[in-house]
Amino acid sequence: MSATFEDEVVTAAKVRYLRVPGLAGEIALITLDNGHDHTRPSTFGRGGLASLDAALDEIAAHTPAPAAIAVTGKPFVFAVGADLSGVPSITSAADAREIAETGHRVFRRLKDSTVPTFAFVNGAALGGGLELALHCHHRTIATTAVVAFPEAFLGLVPGWGGTQLLPNLIGIDPAVTVIVENALAQNKVTPGPKAAELGIADALFEPADFLERSLEWAVGVLNGDVAVSRPEVDRTAWDDAIARARAIVAGRTRNASPGALRTVDLLDLARDGVDGEAFTAGTAAEDDALADLLMSDELRASLYAFDLVTKRAKRPAGAPDRKLARKVTKVGVVGAGLMASQLALLFVRRLEVPVVLTDIDQARVDKGVAYVHGELDKLAVRGRLSADKLNRLKGLVTGALDKAAFADADLVIEAVFEEMSVKQQVFAEVEAVVSPECVLATNTSALSVSEMASKLEHPERVVGLHFFNPVAVLPLLEVVRAEQTDDAALATAFAVGKALRKSCVLVADAPAFVVNRLLTRFLGEVTAAVEQGTPIAAADRALDPLGLPMTPFELLTLVGPPVALHVAERMHEAFPDRFAVGEGLRRMVELGKSSVYSEPGVVNADLAGIDSGDSPLTEEQVRERAVEALAQEIRLMLDEGVVQAVQDIDLCMILGAGWPFWLGGISAYLDRAGVSEKVTGSRFLPKGVASLPA
Amino acid sequence: MSSGERRPRWLREVVFVDGVRTPFGKAGPKGVYAETRADDLVVRVIRELLRRNPSLPADRVDEVAIAATTQVGDQGLTIGRTAALLAGLPKSVPGYAIDRMCAGAMTAVTTTASGIAFGAYDVAIAGGVEHMGRHPMGEGADPNPRFFSEKLVDGSALVMGSTAENLHDRFPHLTRERADAFALASQQKYAKAVANGQIGPELVTVSTRSAEQGWGLATVDEPPRPNTSLEGLATLKTPFRPHGNVTAGNAAGLNDGATGCILAAEEVALELGLDVGMRLVGYGFVGVEPEVMGVGPVPSTERALARTGLTIEDIGLFELNEAFAVQVLAFLDHFGIADDDPRVNPWGGAIAVGHPLASSGVRLMTQLSRQFAERPDVRYGLTAMCVGLGMGATVIWENPNWEGTE
Repeated sequence: MSATFEDEVVTAAKVRYLRVPGLAGEIALITLDNGHDHTRPSTFGRGGLASLDAALDEIAAHTPAPAAIAVTGKPFVFAVGADLSGVPSITSAADAREIAETGHRVFRRLKDSTVPTFAFVNGAALGGGLELALHCHHRTIATTAVVAFPEAFLGLVPGWGGTQLLPNLIGIDPAVTVIVENALAQNKVTPGPKAAELGIADALFEPADFLERSLEWAVGVLNGDVAVSRPEVDRTAWDDAIARARAIVAGRTRNASPGALRTVDLLDLARDGVDGEAFTAGTAAEDDALADLLMSDELRASLYAFDLVTKRAKRPAGAPDRKLARKVTKVGVVGAGLMASQLALLFVRRLEVPVVLTDIDQARVDKGVAYVHGELDKLAVRGRLSADKLNRLKGLVTGALDKAAFADADLVIEAVFEEMSVKQQVFAEVEAVVSPECVLATNTSALSVSEMASKLEHPERVVGLHFFNPVAVLPLLEVVRAEQTDDAALATAFAVGKALRKSCVLVADAPAFVVNRLLTRFLGEVTAAVEQGTPIAAADRALDPLGLPMTPFELLTLVGPPVALHVAERMHEAFPDRFAVGEGLRRMVELGKSSVYSEPGVVNADLAGIDSGDSPLTEEQVRERAVEALAQEIRLMLDEGVVQAVQDIDLCMILGAGWPFWLGGISAYLDRAGVSEKVTGSRFLPKGVASLPA
Repeated sequence: MSSGERRPRWLREVVFVDGVRTPFGKAGPKGVYAETRADDLVVRVIRELLRRNPSLPADRVDEVAIAATTQVGDQGLTIGRTAALLAGLPKSVPGYAIDRMCAGAMTAVTTTASGIAFGAYDVAIAGGVEHMGRHPMGEGADPNPRFFSEKLVDGSALVMGSTAENLHDRFPHLTRERADAFALASQQKYAKAVANGQIGPELVTVSTRSAEQGWGLATVDEPPRPNTSLEGLATLKTPFRPHGNVTAGNAAGLNDGATGCILAAEEVALELGLDVGMRLVGYGFVGVEPEVMGVGPVPSTERALARTGLTIEDIGLFELNEAFAVQVLAFLDHFGIADDDPRVNPWGGAIAVGHPLASSGVRLMTQLSRQFAERPDVRYGLTAMCVGLGMGATVIWENPNWEGTE
């Protein structure tokens, strides 16, 4: 056994021998506890596995031999899997394989035990925690517990037995759902009752007396009073289920994530069962997969990305002291169009303060308020709002023609037409009625916030709050500090963003900020390739190997050609040498087309001839051109100080554009593909940060 | 009611359906419940009561009255209500907290039983809890200075051990030797009842958290000292008075535990198919001088007997709380009952099993109901206890299994 991971918070396996009424012998109960409360769940690193191994040694040597061995967790948590913080210390394939094999060897002791083994899943059991439970002969689960295999989501495989044991317990198709489909659907977890229904656990108990009831149930099983029935696993279901898994992986990752692909291969292998030799072969294949993946750049990039979204997103770099934030007890929204109405809905749901919408005529105001009320009604119908809460929130949303309704607002956000003079006028009108401290926010996607504030008496109160469509879904909020923005206004913006449950990233008042700037540049390169003569379909396919969530032209449809055109024109003004305004895009807007395709795979006839240039590029050339442009643009943004660090750019692309973990957002990919060095002369991140160490 | 005539009022018989308790623990950092919350003990009791009586729909429970002497922290926030919610009873089931120090659970029973008799409830859960490790006796107490400036009570009245010493003063023939002998018998009778399986079925297991050792399971009482001997008892110190009579051996200890029972109108118990363990006959509470609170059960029993028309000779089984041996002896002495009368505490008492203050009353009742089941020859039984600040509490029960005199 090697030394523990550096800084491993070791999960200790604590053994007690319990007398339980009705049982002649004792039950050896192992509690997994890392010594912290539930905010730091128990995980397994080298030290944790060694502790479990030692506990099993101790139990094996105990006389009299216990009647059963049971494993449970500290309050609210079972165990949440491997200690991923230790991965950077794995520097060789041999190291990686040793971790895989050690987990297999220790957990297998529970499977091979001649003494009956039980897992009492009292709380979250994720990844390796669930695998530990699956090695036990029997399982109970609390109604409040959740189980999941996040490995495929992170670019790994459930490699401590999960790919082999789960399908052989509950059948291959449900196992594909849990291991592949749920993992790739933003890591969806399975609640306790559903887990019991699927057969992942044999018995379900409420948390109030979970351990007592579990022990009582175990005694029933040991005495033969409780029969545990499990359905026969249908071996003929394998081919269809594996085909379904492959389709899910192709759809979600475009087969660009090695972890997801390897996971499906292992599930396929599990068709041979988990008895004796078959399990040895299955776990050996898991060892191979883990050794390969742990030593892959994709996995290292994923862990970097995971760290960004779980840590950096919660503590935004460069945000002022949160104590400076002012209280927001009323919000004004200028404009009552779709964007404004979505903002009003978000503000009222999360802040639960009065929200006033204004617009230029009563009909628009009424429509905006009616939209918000209607959305709230829908939430109530779906059971997401109680009747009382619905009454409360609807009562908080009102409309007005006169901006005097903003007089006691602490924050007013505008979402009016993207025209500088209009926005300046709106802010001037608002300033005339609100207090000098009231924060004025703009949801502009590309205009200069500083210029918008420049004519005000108190420009220091103006910030940009750039949301992403759909506002209720996308977690990113770019918080824009304009030239004169003061710390109090900025701190208030961050506090509001947090209350809205958005991940805030501080950005400078540079054209199109981060996400739109990079997407526009990228899209511009692809459309330029088309205009040069590359067939639309080929250009649209060119980025597939990266595994982006949508193709360039799918993205264009989502953003909407008019918005894309507006941003592109603005970027062209700012940086004419790098941002062109495509002829095709103009034509789409003129024709009111939302897609380059009239039906899937068929280019719209109105756009015929758009790709009639005479120097077509190959798909590879298109890809090269697009990613090189990204590298160039990112370097310029860092030089301009648009963000604090490249990590913020990656965070923005993950949360605002849904770019994948295995690219590390994007910088890890540009580094490992050598693009950043080729285009800008150096890497964005040192080796080892989002890649294998040097 | 269309006319002006008054609606007739009638009373209903009240029955004790079933009682359970947690194993009792020793208070303090080494006790089995050192890291277990008081409200969790109550929750476990309520859930197990419902589980053992599946014919009682949870929404038929009309009240949850839970006693605690110290009503702060995990014993605060109206523990009857919090425990009902935490136990998963329907939100429509109300609850409240109750306090009469050691007679808390006993008062929870008499109060809810009276409500049942009156027709306000059909079914109630009554019980008590005391986690003396988390809540030392007298925690947060702020006695009015007038108690002392006006000599309303003697300074010793607030120290229970001192009131027991005072009883030895009042009844000099109740010697330490008699107290120690009674204490030894309590330990022995308890051990025998456990060995016979008489104590045990009413216990609910409790999972016990220990950050150091991992989860455990409490299944047996922790306080009993089966190796007690007269010689050993004689060597114990008298912490309340130099050369006094009251020791850790002839008094109940400091303990953690919870109890609970189901009470119902007899007709409702029949309707629902619930067992009838005991039928309530009557009760009495009486105050005495706080300095000699231990004598309280004497007048409270006199009152209960007088109000029910019974005499002490009618009582076939006594479950007396053993806060202090001398205080039980004072009771027996008054009624002319021998120290070792087999009708008294046949399964031992609090000196052995422990006395988590407000919980103990329902332990006495639960044991009496189980003795009733074994003893169809006995018609009446009595549960009684002394209470801090000078009170006595007595509840008389009838055995539904009684087979008659002939």
